[in-house]
Amino acid sequence: MLIEFGNEISPEVNRKIAAVVELMREQHIEGVVDVIPAFCSLLVNYDPRVIRYEKMRKRMESLLRVDIKVGEGKRKIFEIPVLYGGEYGPDLESIAEHAGLSEGEVIKIHSSQDYLIYMLGFLPGFCYLGGLDERIHTPRLANPRLKIRAGSVGIGGSQTGIYPLDSPGGWQLMGMTPVKTYDPEREVPILVEAGNYIRFVPVDEAEYKRIQAQVEDGSYQCVIHEEV
Amino acid sequence: MGIRILKAGMMTTVQDLGRTGYQSQGFSVAGVMDVRSFKIANLLLDNPENEAVLEFALIGPTLEFTAGTLIAITGGDFQPTINGEPAPMYTAIDIHKGDVLKFGSARTGSRGYIAFSSYLKISVVMGSRCTNMKSSIGGFKGRKLQDGDYIGFRIKRRYLPFFLSRTLELDEFNQNEVTLRVVLGPQDEKFSRQGIETFLSSEYTVTSDFDRMGCRLEGPFIARKETTDMISDGIAFGSIQVPSHGKPIILLADRQTTGGYPKIATVASVDIPWLVQRKTDHKVRFKAISVEEAQRLYLEESEELNRMRKKIHQPCKEVLECRQVSRRIRRLF
Repeated sequence: MLIEFGNEISPEVNRKIAAVVELMREQHIEGVVDVIPAFCSLLVNYDPRVIRYEKMRKRMESLLRVDIKVGEGKRKIFEIPVLYGGEYGPDLESIAEHAGLSEGEVIKIHSSQDYLIYMLGFLPGFCYLGGLDERIHTPRLANPRLKIRAGSVGIGGSQTGIYPLDSPGGWQLMGMTPVKTYDPEREVPILVEAGNYIRFVPVDEAEYKRIQAQVEDGSYQCVIHEEV
Repeated sequence: MGIRILKAGMMTTVQDLGRTGYQSQGFSVAGVMDVRSFKIANLLLDNPENEAVLEFALIGPTLEFTAGTLIAITGGDFQPTINGEPAPMYTAIDIHKGDVLKFGSARTGSRGYIAFSSYLKISVVMGSRCTNMKSSIGGFKGRKLQDGDYIGFRIKRRYLPFFLSRTLELDEFNQNEVTLRVVLGPQDEKFSRQGIETFLSSEYTVTSDFDRMGCRLEGPFIARKETTDMISDGIAFGSIQVPSHGKPIILLADRQTTGGYPKIATVASVDIPWLVQRKTDHKVRFKAISVEEAQRLYLEESEELNRMRKKIHQPCKEVLECRQVSRRIRRLF
């Protein structure tokens, strides 16, 4: 069952969908197998042996009637430390050149705002982030790389994001995070979910290595802010 | 205690019903392509409904058993043999240590399944034993099987009641043409009336672009009202997306969780097995039904599987007759 929430990409619509998913979790609707929240829709997979279409539809309708307080809840922000530039971000220079800014300014712009996670898809834990400052929009590489390392932070057109696993890709790479946004060995394999925010925090190489060591021995705790 | 893969075949993987519950995080479900054949294989051995099996495609594997067990083979006909002798399908088979089970290429259908009464020793990752090849998790080392791989068994289990009754009618996949029942939507309004008509009245051909991720069809152009792509949304097993080239692509087990092409319809769950057992150049047609009808068909199939379960739990007819005859003979003296 696909539930559509209009046809635009906006933080309000997205927050509403996140709230509905949260509500579904709280109410634990018997028979629901999986949910896929997207930019402005929610796909619900359910088992008709447990709940049939008519009943499921009524259930969702009554759930959607609940006055969901959009935008009043706390924002959950995940801090993602990033070592920008150098061998960690081989395209930082060309991003800066394209924007007509210094590398420092690009880093400042990229790390000075929180990005809403509209949805996860494409790869496990891959976040579709909204809100990249127009000044640093950068076209994709003409020749995609065959392998981009997990943890790479890049820009592709008007989007920015983190590669959760080694993968081919055409985004311009500006840095690396030692944090594993996806780790199949971890109890919670994926750190974030749709509706959360990501804040990139610049770190130096020493800090990067320190966090990396903590990530390796499992003692790293991601910094999470809850803000109104 | 297990199976050694002497020859892996084309695409042999460990699968179950898939890794559900993580699609909101971008994980594909994966899991078996032909859910019906999978369920029948497990049912023949009284296995749990979601027990892991081997799925293979186009050219089947050759396995050597290092311990006795019971197996059941279902799906397409890959001409299985055990130590060179033809082996029955849709039947519980007693396997001895050292037996070699060999499959050829698919005579009918295109995917086969083997279930094991001793259960494959594969760890559960995020609630499932299935192989997700894109993320390299689950199944056997997150990949398809290779020559020389070895998979152990979890338990010893070689006795099943009513063993001789454990045989069912074969599902035949020898049709060159199938009609798939579909539920229109969720984006059928993006297509012109003529586009929908073309889709429902034309014959489409299965191309060689057909794998666990999806099946591309060739055939008449399906016209859209608008050519712009839509905002990405969730994809279901059997979703039929139509990119601007106007040819349908049916998304299957290894589908991505989300996509940005409009989806004209979704294949009813009960008809997906008949699609995934097609081969290149086979013909496919579509017929629209309602959601309620699709769910009714699904429940009917569940009941059909229950009847099969009952059938294999009754004494075998031939054995019963023998017993009655012997009793009669005894009374003569």
